[in-house]
Amino acid sequence: MAAQNLKHALFCAIITLIIAYPILGLNLEAEGTQVVLEGADTVTVVSIALAAIVVFLFQLFRDTIMASLGRIPRLNPLANREPMEQGRRQRFETIALVLLVMAALAWPFFVSRGSVDLATLVLIYVMLALGLNVVVGLAGLLDLGYVAFYAVGAYTFALLSQYFGISFWLALPLGACLAALFGLVLGFPVLRLRGDYLAIVTLGFGEIIRILLNNMTWLTGGPNGIGGIPDPTLFGMEFGRRIKEEGNSSFHEVFGIAYSSEHKIIFLYLIALVLAVFTAVVIRRFTKMPVGRSWEALREDEIAARSLGLSRTSVKLSAFTIGAFFAGFAGTVFASKQGFISPESFVFLESAIILAIVVLGGMGSQIGVILAAIAVVILPELAREFSEFRMLIFGAAMVLMMVWRPQGLLPMRRIHIELKKQE
Amino acid sequence: MSMLLLEDVHTHYGKIEALHGVSVEVNQGEIVSLIGANGAGKTTLLMTVCGTPQATSGRVILEGRDITREATANIMRSGIAIVPEGRRIFSSLTVEENLHMGGFFNTKEEIRKSQEHVYELFPRLKERRAQRAGTMSGGEQQMLAIGRALMSKPRMIILDEPSLGLAPLVIKQIFEIIGQLREEGITVFLVEQNAHQALNLADRGYVLETGRIRLHDTGANLLENPDVRNAYLGG
Repeated sequence: MAAQNLKHALFCAIITLIIAYPILGLNLEAEGTQVVLEGADTVTVVSIALAAIVVFLFQLFRDTIMASLGRIPRLNPLANREPMEQGRRQRFETIALVLLVMAALAWPFFVSRGSVDLATLVLIYVMLALGLNVVVGLAGLLDLGYVAFYAVGAYTFALLSQYFGISFWLALPLGACLAALFGLVLGFPVLRLRGDYLAIVTLGFGEIIRILLNNMTWLTGGPNGIGGIPDPTLFGMEFGRRIKEEGNSSFHEVFGIAYSSEHKIIFLYLIALVLAVFTAVVIRRFTKMPVGRSWEALREDEIAARSLGLSRTSVKLSAFTIGAFFAGFAGTVFASKQGFISPESFVFLESAIILAIVVLGGMGSQIGVILAAIAVVILPELAREFSEFRMLIFGAAMVLMMVWRPQGLLPMRRIHIELKKQE
Repeated sequence: MSMLLLEDVHTHYGKIEALHGVSVEVNQGEIVSLIGANGAGKTTLLMTVCGTPQATSGRVILEGRDITREATANIMRSGIAIVPEGRRIFSSLTVEENLHMGGFFNTKEEIRKSQEHVYELFPRLKERRAQRAGTMSGGEQQMLAIGRALMSKPRMIILDEPSLGLAPLVIKQIFEIIGQLREEGITVFLVEQNAHQALNLADRGYVLETGRIRLHDTGANLLENPDVRNAYLGG
C-alpha cells in the first residue's frame, strides 16, 4: 500500500514539474531582432519546486487526508434531515419565493449602481436558465445551441427598432414569439435525434445563427453590431435626461424629481425581475399540466411514452418552442440593457454557461437553477481581482460542485400527486 | 368478428426483411398467443401493429379500420394498448403517477374509475401507490405495466413477453390476471417464449419462425403437436 502510494506520488510530482516548468519557468524574451529563451527568476523556480513537493506529499498521505476530510461534518447540515411533508414543503417554498421576490424588489434602492446592473444580468441568466431547464432538465433534450434563440430575441428588438422604430414593449412579445418560431423550425429536423447527435445538431444551429448575423452585413451590420437600441419606457415616459422621441414625456419631469441616471438602471432591473418571475411562474404551471408530465415521461422512457399514445413530435416540439420563447424574452431585455449588440455576445461559451447553470442547479429544479444562475454570474465578478485566474477558479468551483453534489445544488424533487391517507 | 387482422404483412429494417408475409387474425374476446424462438420476429410483428416500423406491404386492420399507415400516437389512442417488452415503467414516478400517465388522454373521472379497477385487479399496486415504481420488484413492475396499459380502457391489449425474468409463482399470477381480462371482454394478444403457459391459456395460437407463420391452430392442439413439443416445450 505504502510502496504503491510512493510510486504514485512520485509520478504525480514529476507530472507537476513537466506541466509547470515549461509554462512558468521558461520565458521568451526579445533581444534586438532575436528571441531568446530565458529561465525565470528564482522565486518562480522555487515555487514550482514547492508545488511539486506539495503534490508529492498530498499524494503520499492521500488516504489519511481523505479519511480525516470525511470526518469533517457535512457541509450541508440539512442533507440528512427527513424530507419535509409535501404540503408543508410546497407552502414553505411559496413563502420563500415570495420573500425572495419582495427582497429583490426593495434591494436596488439601497445598493450601488454597479450592483443593480449586475443583478439585471443575473436575472437575464435566470430567465435563460429557466427556459433551458425545460428543454434539458424536463424534456431531457441536450441543447448546446440555446444561445441562438437568445440572439434571435435580441436581434429582433434591435432590428425592429432600427428599421421601424418599434418600442421595447412591442418588441418583447415579438422577439419571444419569433424565437419560439425558430425553436419550432429547429425542432422539426432534430426530432429523430437523441443524445449526442442532438447535441451536435443544436451546436451547429447555434453557430449558424451567429455566423449569419456576422455575415449579413447589409441587415445586421455584421461584426459592428447594432447600436442605439432604445431604452424601455414607462407608459410613454423616458428615462433619459432629454426626450428622444416625439410625444414622450420624461420620467423625472413628470414626477418632479431631480434627474438621475440611476432611475433607468433600476427600472430595467425591475422589468427583468418581473419577467423572470413571470418565466418562473409560467414554467411552474407547465410542469403541473399534462404537457409537463408528457415531457418527463418522454425523458424517462421514450418507447413507453409512445406506447401510451403520446406523440413524440408534439412533445419534443412543445419543449423546444417553450424553451426558445423564454430565451427570446431574455434576449430582448439584454438588447435593451446593453443598448448595443453584436454577434460577439452570442458565442458558444454563452450556451455552455447557461447549460452549466442548469446542470449545477440540479436539472429540473427551479430554485436550484435560480441559485446557480446567481452563483455563476456573480462568482466571476467577485474573482475579478484575480482576473488572470478567473476561468481557473470558475473551473475549480465547478469541479468541486460536481464532487460535492453531483445532482446539482438542489436536485429536483418531483411534485407528487397528493395522496389521501388510506382509510 | 375480427378485432385485429394482419394480411400478408412484410416489414423491413432498412433493407433487411424481418417479416415475410405474415397473416394473423385475432377475434374479439379471444386470447391469441404468438410463440416463437429468439429472433423469430415476434416483437417486430407487435411493433408493426403499433406502426413503428410501419409495414412495407400488406395491411393491418384494427376493428375494420386500416391502420397500416397511421402514426403510432393515433393507433395507440384508438382502443388498443400495449405492455412493452421489459415493462418500461417510468421508474422515477410513483405507482399512481404511472397509472395516470396511462390514462393521459382520458378525463379525470375516467381516470379515477379505471384506477379503482386496476387496484381491484392488483391489490398489491394499491399498497404501493405512493412508492417510486423503480423500487418495486420485477413482478410488481409487470403488474404496474399491465395496469398502466389498462388505464386507457382498451378493447384490446397486447402483451410482449409478460413472463420475462419473473419467478414461476409470479408468472402464474400474471397469467391468471390475463385470463381475468378475457372475462371482462378484453381481447388479448399475447407474445411469449414461455410456450407452455401461453398456449394453455390461449384460445388459438400462432407459431412464428424466422419471419413466417409456421403453424396455426387452437391452443390445445398446438400443445399436442409433436413439432411444437420438440421445438418449444422441451420434448
